[in-house]
Amino acid sequence: MTTMPTTFLKSLNWKKVLLWTGVIFLVLFCLAPLLWQVLTSLKTNDAIAKLPTVYFPNSQQLTLDHYLILGGKFLRYMLNSAFVSFTSTLICLAVGAPAAYTLARLKIPGEQIILACVLVVSLFPYVLLFLGLLELVKFFGLGNNYLSLIIPYTAINLPLTILVLRSFFQQLPKDLEDSARIDGYNTLQMLLQIVLPMTIPALVTTGILAFIFAWNEFIFALTFITRDTLQTIPIAISKIGGASAFEIPYGPIAAATILGTLPLVILVLIFQQRIVQGITAGAVKG
Amino acid sequence: MAQLKLQNLRKQFAPNVVPVKDISLTVDDGEFLTLLGPSGCGKSTLLRLIAGLEQPTAGQVVVGENNLTHIPPGDRNMAMVFQSYALYPHMTVAANIATSLKIRKTPPGEIQQRVHTVADTLGLSHLLDRKPGQLSGGQRQRVALARALVRNPEVFLLDEPLSNLDALLREQVREELKELFEKQNKPVVYVTHDQTEAMTLSSQVAVLLDGLIQQLDPPSRIYTHPANKFVAGFVGSPQMNLLALECQGDRAILGDFSLPLPSFSPQPSGIDIGIRPEDLSLATEDDKITVQGSVSLVEHFGRELLVSVKIKGSHHTLRILINPDLQWEKEDIKLAVNPHRIHWFDEKTGDRLNP
Ligand SMILES: Nc1ncnc2c1ncn2[C@@H]1O[C@H](COP(=O)(O)OP(=O)(O)OP(=O)(O)O)[C@@H](O)[C@H]1O
Ligand SMILES: [Mg+2]
Repeated sequence: MTTMPTTFLKSLNWKKVLLWTGVIFLVLFCLAPLLWQVLTSLKTNDAIAKLPTVYFPNSQQLTLDHYLILGGKFLRYMLNSAFVSFTSTLICLAVGAPAAYTLARLKIPGEQIILACVLVVSLFPYVLLFLGLLELVKFFGLGNNYLSLIIPYTAINLPLTILVLRSFFQQLPKDLEDSARIDGYNTLQMLLQIVLPMTIPALVTTGILAFIFAWNEFIFALTFITRDTLQTIPIAISKIGGASAFEIPYGPIAAATILGTLPLVILVLIFQQRIVQGITAGAVKG
Repeated sequence: MAQLKLQNLRKQFAPNVVPVKDISLTVDDGEFLTLLGPSGCGKSTLLRLIAGLEQPTAGQVVVGENNLTHIPPGDRNMAMVFQSYALYPHMTVAANIATSLKIRKTPPGEIQQRVHTVADTLGLSHLLDRKPGQLSGGQRQRVALARALVRNPEVFLLDEPLSNLDALLREQVREELKELFEKQNKPVVYVTHDQTEAMTLSSQVAVLLDGLIQQLDPPSRIYTHPANKFVAGFVGSPQMNLLALECQGDRAILGDFSLPLPSFSPQPSGIDIGIRPEDLSLATEDDKITVQGSVSLVEHFGRELLVSVKIKGSHHTLRILINPDLQWEKEDIKLAVNPHRIHWFDEKTGDRLNP
């Protein structure tokens, strides 16, 4: 009699052990490079170079120097990145949301063709565009101007934004809009006061994707901006150099990477509640 | 005095999608008109035409003296309750009820007062600060009703407002609805595919099929005098027995038996008849018109038994409601047919023949 529950418990524990081993392994697998960067950014140069590798530095091997030598200039790069990313994301949403709504709700002739075009554009490897874009940037005299980044970033993010938002609008119950019209809302009021509040989760999700792309983009940022004070984080990190050509400054690079990633992490953490939350719950009988 | 009047309404979505073909009807103040019909017969489309959510291809919507056909829905002073309730999920119950008044620039004091009056009537006062997501299905349904009532509109439109409630609650809300709208004394157009709702609530029922009104009558008449075969089969539960019979002289042949035809001229060669299961009974000595057969199926139908009888000498089956206390023989059951309760329909058009 008593063996039954114990064997049961055992098998349960085994499952749990397996589960947690799996979880820990997966998390380690995903986070290891990041953790390694964190570790490197906190170790002294000696500790970084030391063999065998120092996994658990003692107090003498720890330092904040790598962060401190990045200095005020790095803040400038962060602000550049933030400005470019925010602006392009906002424009992208402001243009993409109405387009997506139109494609979802109104019967436009050639709707399928428009959608196909949007899809094709989003499939095109954007890196191939940059020589052509460079000519355009030169032509319009946009070199060394935030606009030379904001405009391409917006354009590249638009297709995905439109596709995602369109499918979101399509599953919004149409009754809500009808109800609003009967209540006497005009079209603009309806969009702003009824549709927009319900769209926030989708806007946040696509917004974050667009933001991450803009924040991490390298080729355009490298090509279109040469003036130091206008450069963005990825470029700044790539330009961190050592005292000599043979020395790779692992510490400062790691520190810069960590600092550069931090805003993204914070952003996602702030908004993840919003992303998960299904704000339409309760609109219609569930 | 506002009268809702539809004149030859037609809605065509595509060359062969015409959910509303040609519908004319009037609904007076205090009248409760139900649009009844199977799924896809164009009930919702008709309601949306009245509300102005769709523009008719032809025809007019008139309220009182005003032709509203080209007036946008917001300016029609009609309130609509949706099947899905369509409550704004990001607003509280109070805000949901108040929006239409706010948009019409009603003074805040009056809004407050009207919202509270309606909330009291519907027992929503303690829920005013909640969001729709935190309400039960029945409560949401009430909020949707409150939103319509608070406007004090000229016309009420309801699209299957009870179909998302469970059976018990539906019955209870049905009674409340009836009381509530009797007090409003406004034209009410109510869409449902549930015949019980149609029968209990309405003063007039319009049975729709394929975008046309099959019959427009008070509920009792719909039941006792169905205008055609479709209405006869659609209204009533258990369903009416509908049989296609051949005629010989002045009698319709049902297997080894025959039923006397009323005096039709010319005498038809074939005819469709309808008999409700409750209009059949077990035959006694005195009954003149009887048929015999064997029982093929017995179902429990509430208080009574629904017995399917295969008529001797034919492939037809008649279903009959029998009191379970009565005795009958399974192999040879004898049924009496009340000739005054037989509905006769034209074989081809399906139209009612007897008055
Ligand atoms: N916007 C539209 N475009 C094209 N066809 C439509 C549109 N709206 C409705 N229809 C068609 O019109 C017909 C009637 O639809 P409707 O919604 O009026 O049916 P209903 O009687 O309300 O059915 P149910 O009881 O299922 O609600 C359907 O065949 C539907 O496909
Ligand atoms: Mg419908």
